[in-house]
Amino acid sequence: MANVYAVLQQREGKIHRMAWETVAAAQQLAALSGGKAAAVLLGSGVSALAGEVAACDLESVRVIDHPLLADYTPGGYVAALAGLIALESPATLLFPHTYQTIEYMPRLALAAGAGIVPEALSFESDGGGVVWKRPILEGKMHARVRARGTGPTMVSLQSGAFSADSRKPGQAAVATVAIDLEAAAPWREILGVQQVGGDTVDLSKAEIIVAIGRGIGGADKMGPVEELARLLKADIGASRPVIDSGWLPRDRQIGSSGQTVSPKLYLAFGISGAIQHLVGMKGSTCIVAVNKDAGAPIFKIANYGIVGDLHEVIPAMVAKLKEG
Amino acid sequence: MKIAVCIKQVPDTEARLRVGKDGRWIDEEDLPFAINESDEVALEEALQIAEKQGGEVVVFSLGPERVREALRKALALGAGRAVHLRHEAFAGGDAIATGRALAAAIRKEGCDLVLTGSQSDDNGYGATGTIVAGNLDWPHAWLVMGVEVEEGAKTLKVTREMESGLSEVFRVALPAVLEVQAGLNHPRYASLKGIMAAKKKEIAEVSPADLGLGDAEVGLAGSRLEVVSVGFPEASAGAQILSGDSAASELISKLKNEARVI
Repeated sequence: MANVYAVLQQREGKIHRMAWETVAAAQQLAALSGGKAAAVLLGSGVSALAGEVAACDLESVRVIDHPLLADYTPGGYVAALAGLIALESPATLLFPHTYQTIEYMPRLALAAGAGIVPEALSFESDGGGVVWKRPILEGKMHARVRARGTGPTMVSLQSGAFSADSRKPGQAAVATVAIDLEAAAPWREILGVQQVGGDTVDLSKAEIIVAIGRGIGGADKMGPVEELARLLKADIGASRPVIDSGWLPRDRQIGSSGQTVSPKLYLAFGISGAIQHLVGMKGSTCIVAVNKDAGAPIFKIANYGIVGDLHEVIPAMVAKLKEG
Repeated sequence: MKIAVCIKQVPDTEARLRVGKDGRWIDEEDLPFAINESDEVALEEALQIAEKQGGEVVVFSLGPERVREALRKALALGAGRAVHLRHEAFAGGDAIATGRALAAAIRKEGCDLVLTGSQSDDNGYGATGTIVAGNLDWPHAWLVMGVEVEEGAKTLKVTREMESGLSEVFRVALPAVLEVQAGLNHPRYASLKGIMAAKKKEIAEVSPADLGLGDAEVGLAGSRLEVVSVGFPEASAGAQILSGDSAASELISKLKNEARVI
């Protein structure tokens, strides 16, 4: 039996992009002890997806197929995975660090007597154990952590921390695991799924994005930003605090809970660069950061930076552009 | 309805951070602290529900003496009482140990609903509220964007954020734990009257023994994760930093002639 399990995420017949990153990470972690990882797929009618996963270099694909798992509910997922862990006792379970995982993984850990390492960025081998690196203080610092106590360890992996393309192809056996879910309570009655914000602005095709953060200071300070965007033929985006404050509509949000963008030019004004924002824009070709705080994490991924007040820098940029 | 709100006191987002002496956490000396952003939103939501439904808001926090300031602020904003989990043995806990202790304190108090933030701005486990729910054996939801108390106050209609701009709407039965997203509401400011009233409100201090927990079940001893070290991200190539009065025009020139993106 494999010691490392990659727990995949799927929805409506499609494997989540980050689940392939989880497979790659599980292969690398299992290789530390010379073994192969297994993947776990749960849902209802997911046999076609299992075939897709089986084309990876894995010990096996464990499938839990049950009508109760047709829609994700934390109660259903915890019961199914706790049952699997009780049967097969893997030492480490890796998950994609998605909103779905974050919701149920801690509760699964309680049910399975496991420890949790949320939002890991990488791992290293350390005297027989494994040390995980994870962001703290909104990405301004990192912590190196390790599991303690006995029982399995559950680790969720930050988006992009492992490359999906690095996963090794192969041919794995598909094994259906029967788990009794008679007594499982879903803990919620699903009423529906809705798109947030009606007409959605699609920023994913933008060539140039002028993005603003908390540093803008208010909806009434947008004039110069709009003028800069007009001169550059850019779209305007924002980080979460701007949206939460109601300064721009939610369909302008860039980051893990908003849109993922990769323009040729991304100008970040007053954005500190919390990891939740960075995952949504780090694929941009050229990144410019303007921030008052020289220690802001955004400068680490930027190509050009100005340490200064955006309320002075933007008008100066506008003036220069008008000069031609 | 009796609503418990769990809040965490975290370093202010503007604080200048340094690695502490033992290398396992930041140096807290002279560091400014504030109530964690999404926890303050949870408190506001609780106050609004209590104002509409009637009832009481009790605020809980675990941490050293400095945490009193955060609890005092919560009382000034309108919470009726505060419970401070304050003991050396509580220190250094992960989400599992801290969630276990908070659940024990809430169980002792007897509440109908627990509200807390979805994630702390320091450790960012995003798990503590879920662990509270697990210990209480109550339903929970994480990343909540909308809460509506339904007729009869036995169930809640909850909106939760999913990825790619979708949100899910579902019903949960009370008692329940909801972990809310910043942006759910705009927290109020404390009034002078509130600040004066807070001085007379109770902050009860509880130890592990008061909660029927052994020292080995809380803090680092009760944790399943330990921090080996903390540090700053490795220096990367980083940005070409432009400075001086001409920085903005130099930037435009570089974007045109060097990066060739405009």
